[in-house]
Amino acid sequence: MTNITAASTRWRLKQPSIIPGFGLTLGFSLAYLSLIILIPVAGLLWRSAALGWSGFLAILADERTLRALYVSFGTAFVAALVNVVFGTMLAWVLTRYRFPGRRLIDALVDLPFALPTAVAGIAFASLYAPNGWIGSLFMPLRIGYTPYGIVIALIFIGLPFVVRTVQPLMEEIDREVEEAAATLGANRFQTILQVLLPALTPAILTGFALAFARGVGEYGSVIFIAGNIPYVSEIAPLLIVIRLEEFNYAGATAIATIMLLISFAMLLVINLIQAWSRKRYGNV
Amino acid sequence: MEVTITNIRKEFDRFPALNDVSLKIASGELIALLGPSGSGKTTLLRLIAGLDFPTAGQIFFGEEDASHHSVQERNVGFVFQHYALFRHMTVAENIGFGLKVRPKATRPAKAEIGRRVSELLDMVQLGGLEKRYPNQLSGGQRQRVALARAMAIEPRILLLDEPFGALDAKVRKELRRWLREFHDRTGHTTVFVTHDQEEALELADRVVVMSQGKIEQVGSADDVYDRPGSPFVFSFIGESSHLPVEVKQGTALFQGQPIGIPEAQDGAADLFFRPEDVALVDASDTLFGKVIACRRLAGTRIAEIDIANEGHAPYHVEIEVPLHAPVEIGSDIRFRPTRWTLFRH
Repeated sequence: MTNITAASTRWRLKQPSIIPGFGLTLGFSLAYLSLIILIPVAGLLWRSAALGWSGFLAILADERTLRALYVSFGTAFVAALVNVVFGTMLAWVLTRYRFPGRRLIDALVDLPFALPTAVAGIAFASLYAPNGWIGSLFMPLRIGYTPYGIVIALIFIGLPFVVRTVQPLMEEIDREVEEAAATLGANRFQTILQVLLPALTPAILTGFALAFARGVGEYGSVIFIAGNIPYVSEIAPLLIVIRLEEFNYAGATAIATIMLLISFAMLLVINLIQAWSRKRYGNV
Repeated sequence: MEVTITNIRKEFDRFPALNDVSLKIASGELIALLGPSGSGKTTLLRLIAGLDFPTAGQIFFGEEDASHHSVQERNVGFVFQHYALFRHMTVAENIGFGLKVRPKATRPAKAEIGRRVSELLDMVQLGGLEKRYPNQLSGGQRQRVALARAMAIEPRILLLDEPFGALDAKVRKELRRWLREFHDRTGHTTVFVTHDQEEALELADRVVVMSQGKIEQVGSADDVYDRPGSPFVFSFIGESSHLPVEVKQGTALFQGQPIGIPEAQDGAADLFFRPEDVALVDASDTLFGKVIACRRLAGTRIAEIDIANEGHAPYHVEIEVPLHAPVEIGSDIRFRPTRWTLFRH
């Protein structure tokens, strides 16, 4: 009996539901995924493979490439960290308090999604440039045209990802859980640190991953404020564009491939952490 | 710990949820707050806990006025209807939480916390489950973890909000008996909220019946069932029928007909009686009517009777009749309450 079942279902990953359309929807999903993601990525890998190992490694070892990757991943990481702190705080304010203008702020959070990133970049550049309104206040510490400026642009870009992933879960937190902590003698600070935040960890991790991934790939808003000084504030996506303009397609795809691999590895790690915390804390 | 509540009023947006409520809870007592939803029972429990604060009135723990003490200062154990366990903590971490968050000066050592936790787990019969997470437990187990967690802080009183409300009937019955034993063993002053009268009557030393923000009656199960103090209590607890009657010349009249119930004081009144407190009698001054429906209920039979006199709208009451009595649908029947209460208007 078990043998027959095993044989007949061997090729299926999961028993499809009784609702029809499994074949159709799976086929469509795969075709769609192929067109949008898999084929372009394969093309990318194939193009960069034209370089051969030694050429690939030479580009990887190039000081300018390394610095650009460092700037891209470093600034995205810092910006995502900042967003985790302030995005969670913003989500808290929006879910916990009722104040005039709350809905307006709630709507403003989505602005970075809608605003053309170049517009944001130009606005930031003029504000944070050494002679700009805000930038001049911080002199002699330069914000515009340095990695600090990039971080500021990426904070703007990544904020909604954290707020919008944390907010729904925060709304779901049962008031009773907080009250339970209070009856057990925990003060506000202990309740937030030991009860509320741990319950939000999976959502915060997801928000971090999204903000980080978005930051690594961001181009439009960054190039205006970064100053794009090679070895200092030049981001990897810009370097790819520069290589393309030099008709160095293999070089461009090689940098892209490296970015892809690093991003993939980091997202994998974050996903593993998420899976672990989900297993631990139950379905959240 | 003795708890005294004096003249408590609580308003939510000027809507009074509790209106001038006073109650004295003796040390070691197991008290039920019973009432329909919206009667203010949960509000009263939360005021005792310090999760809400009264608009007016005071709450004393022993001699100490706790009215303005925060929930943390009051040191009460509170068990929530939906358990409110911390889902990212194991069972052991949940139970030890109250000890772990104490200020350094009064916090027990780690080993001591561990010892206390396993002691409590044994007490709630969940030994061996310390490493589980709440989502790996059944409802009844979660409720017992919540109870152990509340007991860990050695509370002065134990408060339970609809503790069995979210459980299925069988587990509920088991836990009810278990909680009674638990209380008898630990001797904590315990207050629990319920809308299930069976639960309140079976479990509590004294039942506080509440309605519309007021206490209707406080008493033992026998008191509130056999000697209800108000029309509300009579109709809320157990089955009952009530008739509007007129008392004239020492006897009660229903729709102008004497029904054989003597009463000294003239005037309009409401007559309450329970289905089991009636006798079938053959006399002229009784309630009488046609049997509308008849159904078997365990060891007895319940008859639904329309007792309206001619020219009146139908008025149905339910009475218990002996199994051997010749009661058939459509037949006439005469009966009289053997025990009753008259509430004057």
